[in-house]
Amino acid sequence: MPLLEIQNLSVSFLTAGGQFKAVDGVTLNVEPGDIVSIVGESGSGKSVAMLALMGLLPWTATVTADVLRFDGKDMLTMDKKTRRSIVGSEMTMIFQEPMTSLNPCFTVGFQLTESLKVHKNMDRRACNARALELLELVGIPEPQKRLSAFPHQLSGGMSQRVMIAMAISCNPRLLIADEPTTALDVTIQAQILDLLLKLQKEQDMSLILITHDMGVVAETAERVVVQYAGQQVEKQEVRGLFSNPHHPYTSALLASLPERSQARKLPSIPGVVPGQFDRPEGCLFSPRCSFATELCRTTPPKVASHEMGRALCHYPLAEGLPVGHPENREAAA
Amino acid sequence: MITFLLRKLGVLIPTFFGVTLVAFIFIRLLPGDPVLLMAGERGMSEERHTALMKEYGFDRPVWEQYLSYIGDLAQGDLGKSIITKKPVTKEFFTLFPATIELSLCAIIIAVFIGLPAGMIAATRRGSVFDHTVMAGALTGYSMPIFWWGLLLIIFFSGILGWTPVSGRISLLYYFEPVTGFMLIDSLMSGQEGAFSSALSHLILPAIVLGTIPLAVIARQTRSAMLEVLGEDYVRTAKAKGLGPGRVIGLHALRNAMIPVITVIGLQVGVLFAGAILTETIFSWPGIGKWMVDSISRRDYPSVQGGLLLIAAVVMMVNLVVDLLYGLINPQIRHTE
Repeated sequence: MPLLEIQNLSVSFLTAGGQFKAVDGVTLNVEPGDIVSIVGESGSGKSVAMLALMGLLPWTATVTADVLRFDGKDMLTMDKKTRRSIVGSEMTMIFQEPMTSLNPCFTVGFQLTESLKVHKNMDRRACNARALELLELVGIPEPQKRLSAFPHQLSGGMSQRVMIAMAISCNPRLLIADEPTTALDVTIQAQILDLLLKLQKEQDMSLILITHDMGVVAETAERVVVQYAGQQVEKQEVRGLFSNPHHPYTSALLASLPERSQARKLPSIPGVVPGQFDRPEGCLFSPRCSFATELCRTTPPKVASHEMGRALCHYPLAEGLPVGHPENREAAA
Repeated sequence: MITFLLRKLGVLIPTFFGVTLVAFIFIRLLPGDPVLLMAGERGMSEERHTALMKEYGFDRPVWEQYLSYIGDLAQGDLGKSIITKKPVTKEFFTLFPATIELSLCAIIIAVFIGLPAGMIAATRRGSVFDHTVMAGALTGYSMPIFWWGLLLIIFFSGILGWTPVSGRISLLYYFEPVTGFMLIDSLMSGQEGAFSSALSHLILPAIVLGTIPLAVIARQTRSAMLEVLGEDYVRTAKAKGLGPGRVIGLHALRNAMIPVITVIGLQVGVLFAGAILTETIFSWPGIGKWMVDSISRRDYPSVQGGLLLIAAVVMMVNLVVDLLYGLINPQIRHTE
């Protein structure tokens, strides 16, 4: 049984201009011990889907799904109290901005032990011991001293370590890391990623890593989900994704990696992710896709087979060539 | 912490001198002099007037009067009232508990209603409750105190007959003041019905005086809360699976309190200004009423001394507020 089961999850926001669909039909299974990465540009709905799962979206959001199960428990029908007993203990999340994610008014120790008090009913002494253990686990020097420190006395990297310590305090089964290294400088980024991977192995938890950095994906994940404008456009094993991407968007993302570029100028994907008012009729990627045809511009594509990475594309790529594409067929003939 | 205190006190001293100067000059700008007013309708002869002016020292140049006033002040002497001949300090501290009692009750009403109202309004933004609170706050803030006081008197004392119209306690009761706070004294006197009489005298003026601070606190709490509720650390608190009580009442409120505390501190100044009107309407024997009476009698020493002491109290409260910041927000404590 998968630890996390999401089928056809959609999230729409009530805005001044009407309903805006930020997440559109996301399906994801996470097995115990899995490392899954969700990749996509800003505005592709990566975070929103996970925030919906955690129940952290504002009231303007409407969340619908066919299935939303964690550890066999239906998250859609459970009451708020039951949900809160899972969130923060069995399923936890860390965020992009560690410096603002910690409450400036409370000490590290207080914030670190809060989940333990609430979820595990631990007394002060046990909490304190566990907090020290956690700080050591995430590699914070002088843990005893740090317990009484306030967040503004910590650096960004330290803050993220504290956030991670908080997230793993109750031995969660699933940790969602929402761009955990984006706000940190490069040397710290690698340390934090290594720490997450080490903890994932030691604690035997599943890890969902949200990122826009393909380099991070290559280093960490086992499976990858590529998301674009709220839709999942491709799902693959990490090796396959890098060697043989099936969706033109994935292929374009990979081509824009500086390491892979041979030209003097860095390649990029022209245009931006469509917003609320410029959503195309057919395939959402069609305005930026180099393979787009009339069919792409008018008809939404269907999900391709498992072998083709479940690519959401009329002409999924195989070894870099669009299958069934009219021009390609001509070229072949 | 000590340097922080010293620096704050360093700012207070020049402010204090500013107040003495303003109080001294403005009361002398008012037409009419105390001697003439003492004489009443019959007036007095030119010679007697000159003699009395000389006796009180009002014939000297203003700067000379000011210097001798400052000299006395440096020795802790605020002078004697021209009318009652009693030391100003003594008069002030006899009446001060009445004002404190009234202001304290007013601010308690304001905080205990305004804070929760603002919090609930923020968490249910756009709801009927939110709109009601905000409309009520605007009305409360815009209502002139004297008119609001009279309305309440007409309704609760006049039509319903629930509360007395004026004073601090019914004439049926008498006991020596111990603390000066009528609620406590009446309880300690052990006389049956004394406490409820004191309470029924206090409730209307306290509501009237508390209305503006209540409105300001409710609005400030709402906006501070709205801002804080959007912060990342509130999301973190929710992500820990904490209940709304802990998320809002602890994580959000602690941060939202920083601007609210400032406003509460500033309201103390407003309270004293409001006390002058409220005490006059309800014949409340506090320093507000005493100040008004002293001004109309041109009782120079009382006005100067009273203003100075009120200013000192307001400054002390603001100092306490500054210290409270540090307790609530560690960032301020550590950078000082």
